[in-house]
Amino acid sequence: MENEKPQPAPDCPGHNEARRTFLKQSSLLTALALAPGAVVRAAAAELDEKVAAAFEQVPLKLDVNGVKHKLSVEPRTTLLDLLREQLHLTGTKKGCDYGQCGACTVHVDGKRVNSCLTLAVMQDGRKITTIEGLANGDKLHPMQEAFIKHDGFQCGYCTPGQIMSAVACIREGHANSEGEIKEYMSGNICRCGAYPNIVAAIQEVRSGGQKV
Amino acid sequence: MKDQLLQDGKAVGDRMSRVDGRLKVTGGAKYSAEYELPGLVHGALVGSTVAKGRITSIDTKAAERAPGVLAVITHLNSPKVPGFAAKSNPDEPPAIGQPLRVFYDERIYFNDQPIAIVVADTLERARHAAGLVKAQYAAEAHQTNFEANKSKGFLPTQARRNPKSAQNDYTRGQADGYQSAPVKLEAEYWHESEMHHPMELQSIIAHWEAADRLTVYDKVQAVKGTQRAFAKDWGLPEQNVKVIATFVGGAFGNGLHNWPHETAAIIAAKVTGKPVKLMLTREQMFTMVGYRPKTWQRIAMGATKDGKLVGISHDSVGQTSTYEEFTESTVQQTRMMYAAPNVTTRYRILGLDVSTPIWMRGPGEATGAFALESAIDEMAHLIGMDPLEFRLRNHTDTDPEKNRPWSTKYLKECFQAGAERIGWNKRQMKPGSLREGDWLIGYGMGVGTFGANRGAAKARAALLADGTVLLQSATTDIGPGTGTAMVQIASDALGLPTDKIRFELGNSLFPQAPSQGGSSTVNTVGSAVNDACLALKKKLQELGGASFANVQPEQLTLADGQLGLKANGGPRLSFADLRKANNGQDVEVTVESKPSGDARQNYSMYSFSVHFAEVRVHTMTGEVRVTKMVSCADAGTIVNQKTAGSQMSGGAIGGIGMALTEGAVIDDRYGRYVTRDLASYHVPVHADAPPVEVFFVNKPDLLVDPLGTKGIGEIAIIGVAPAITNAIFNATGKRLRELPVTPDKVLLA
Ligand code: FES
Ligand code: FES
Repeated sequence: MENEKPQPAPDCPGHNEARRTFLKQSSLLTALALAPGAVVRAAAAELDEKVAAAFEQVPLKLDVNGVKHKLSVEPRTTLLDLLREQLHLTGTKKGCDYGQCGACTVHVDGKRVNSCLTLAVMQDGRKITTIEGLANGDKLHPMQEAFIKHDGFQCGYCTPGQIMSAVACIREGHANSEGEIKEYMSGNICRCGAYPNIVAAIQEVRSGGQKV
Repeated sequence: MKDQLLQDGKAVGDRMSRVDGRLKVTGGAKYSAEYELPGLVHGALVGSTVAKGRITSIDTKAAERAPGVLAVITHLNSPKVPGFAAKSNPDEPPAIGQPLRVFYDERIYFNDQPIAIVVADTLERARHAAGLVKAQYAAEAHQTNFEANKSKGFLPTQARRNPKSAQNDYTRGQADGYQSAPVKLEAEYWHESEMHHPMELQSIIAHWEAADRLTVYDKVQAVKGTQRAFAKDWGLPEQNVKVIATFVGGAFGNGLHNWPHETAAIIAAKVTGKPVKLMLTREQMFTMVGYRPKTWQRIAMGATKDGKLVGISHDSVGQTSTYEEFTESTVQQTRMMYAAPNVTTRYRILGLDVSTPIWMRGPGEATGAFALESAIDEMAHLIGMDPLEFRLRNHTDTDPEKNRPWSTKYLKECFQAGAERIGWNKRQMKPGSLREGDWLIGYGMGVGTFGANRGAAKARAALLADGTVLLQSATTDIGPGTGTAMVQIASDALGLPTDKIRFELGNSLFPQAPSQGGSSTVNTVGSAVNDACLALKKKLQELGGASFANVQPEQLTLADGQLGLKANGGPRLSFADLRKANNGQDVEVTVESKPSGDARQNYSMYSFSVHFAEVRVHTMTGEVRVTKMVSCADAGTIVNQKTAGSQMSGGAIGGIGMALTEGAVIDDRYGRYVTRDLASYHVPVHADAPPVEVFFVNKPDLLVDPLGTKGIGEIAIIGVAPAITNAIFNATGKRLRELPVTPDKVLLA
């Protein structure tokens, strides 16, 4: 059956447009308040996308692995994309971008956070620790050592997230039994199925009593 | 200084930690999207919203005007890919089909087919602008409903053209001879499409370093195969295409094919003149990089009352796309696993308006084993026999399909080890007999097998100035620990400690090696590494001159920074002197290694596994928990007990997903997946993973390769799903023949 009538897209990205419109309007208001008339006229004309872009940079201060950064980012940039694409800290992984896999787990002020689920601008002034900042120079963190010893990974892609989550799991006091560890680590998916080895690594670090 | 490690004997068999472990736990391992290149820009794909038809118009103006956008490429403005030239006779589909030609014309073959790529200076801008591209379609009626179209399944073209193809129908004894048996059963088995979903999203950075020189950092399982494919597409000499895949974040088979998004990125890099990075979204992983195809199977089986199989008939229809004929070995193991005198198999494929499947871990065999091993369990129950005993009665010590001996087969040892470890004696013959509160407890088993394949590969070995040996081969490592195994093999071959050996892979500049697939890497590349090391020793021996002239290479070692004899005493020559004898150059060799002789004609070569599962099934909710698994493998020599154990238990956990949670579901009204992320498509998480006890027979098979290895990757998952569904039957008396076994199915059964 040939159907010549144009088909509307069943999943048309309406929410994007709404967001754009909102941003345009708000940047237009800012423009009215601050900018010379030419910019306002440009914004009113079809150039509005470009103008909106110019106003879409927000200053941001972050401490990442002990290094202070003064940045300027778009409000829609996630912490994950900031780390990977702008700071080139690619140890933090993207496995879904929806908070469903844990590959992007980092510590924000010591607590585990899915960095894909938080906008970078929301973390202004905070201390971020990524997998690259976990070891003490050349000396690996005990959890990193335990992952190597127990073979807590295969392809290694989920590993940074697993390790950051595992450290937090112990700090939170959620590593008191195998069952509890499995429950509190279930936000970190490992498609290679290294789970039993990861749990063994966490148990060893937990019972070793080292500071994590 | 004396080298330590060698005192303890061999490196092969040791529980050595991974050579790349440190890189993986520190975030230092670089996956394909993680290379920094000057001027790098970002791509985002736009997918079609109909499953079949034509694009009638595509509006890219808004996207082009969006900030930071460098290019919007569609079939209307895409540069022509030379290898995409139109088929000579457009009315006749080619034999096995043609991979989707991205941006080639206005045809739509499946929902979410890439129809445009937007390139922008930042990821956010590329993604936003991709949302501004609007297409209109002349939609045509699509077919994605497998059940409704099942009768249209056809014999694959490769079978029609080649009578020797394994995809042809097969009969031994009487066709459908099961019918004459006193006890008979017939049952149908289904499973939904299953997605590989490696944690690393499929990614590529494409970079034209010159008009005729392409480099890609790509998530693939074959760097050489990818090099050849893109060289052919772009009409370039092979050496002008470089493919890098140093680390691959899982793949499970979906890196064995080249996919449209890769060429989309290469086109985008060509148009913009900049390196383009493209990472698929999790939704796109459902539609653009293959899957284990939805499959229907029917097993008919006949046996005598005392447990001798009379016959098995196995029919199967597997899904493929309309533009490529994907086939796999779904029915093959039914021909060789049991000593049944009458066996018939028939394999068909069904082309639907979907994207093309690709081999997923334990391809075909994992699907087939679900049906075969379930039916074996059903028959054992019918005749009132322990299913382990039933399997033993039909065990065969020669290959009944090819009528020749096995190279090795230690499946009975696996049965025994597994039964002890799971506590098979706790299993009750009568289903539903074991109960703890609201939980019913059951035990089940399933057997797996996969060919012990070995191909040809090359490896380079070089003794460097610092006294270390560098090995290179263009294989990849998607997770099993290839580099670690190769270093162990080389250590034994050279008599050099493992910390003085480096193995490099994942680069098309290295000597030829096949894809990492089909459980064959250690058999194939390991043999090449072994041969390269022996050749290196021989070359060093020659450089050593007269004093080494009468020594056998096997007696030589490179321990302690010198060439010498394994036994004490005898001639010694330092590496420095050997280099001097080589005009101060690195001493290096490159060798090709492949199976020789006629062993492959005279023997049938397979790895075998058996999986045992203990499950609990909740009587009120239908929830199934796998509480323990035991996986036993006859996989020849185990090079590394630690990494091999991980591979085995990882496969078992993958099998839990296949059995209980994983199913990709299409809404046939739109031909579009409704499972589109990891919240709607469930892979096992920590809480789903029981302890997995692994047992290896660890006896070498020297007919497969000189190391005696047979391969682990596939048999780790083949047979797991039926072990679990059989255990569910033992727990509840309910026979579940449709995967995944979600709680609703348990309750309604
Ligand atoms: S990438 Fe953040 S949870 Fe998956
Ligand atoms: S190690 Fe591969 S996903 Fe966890």
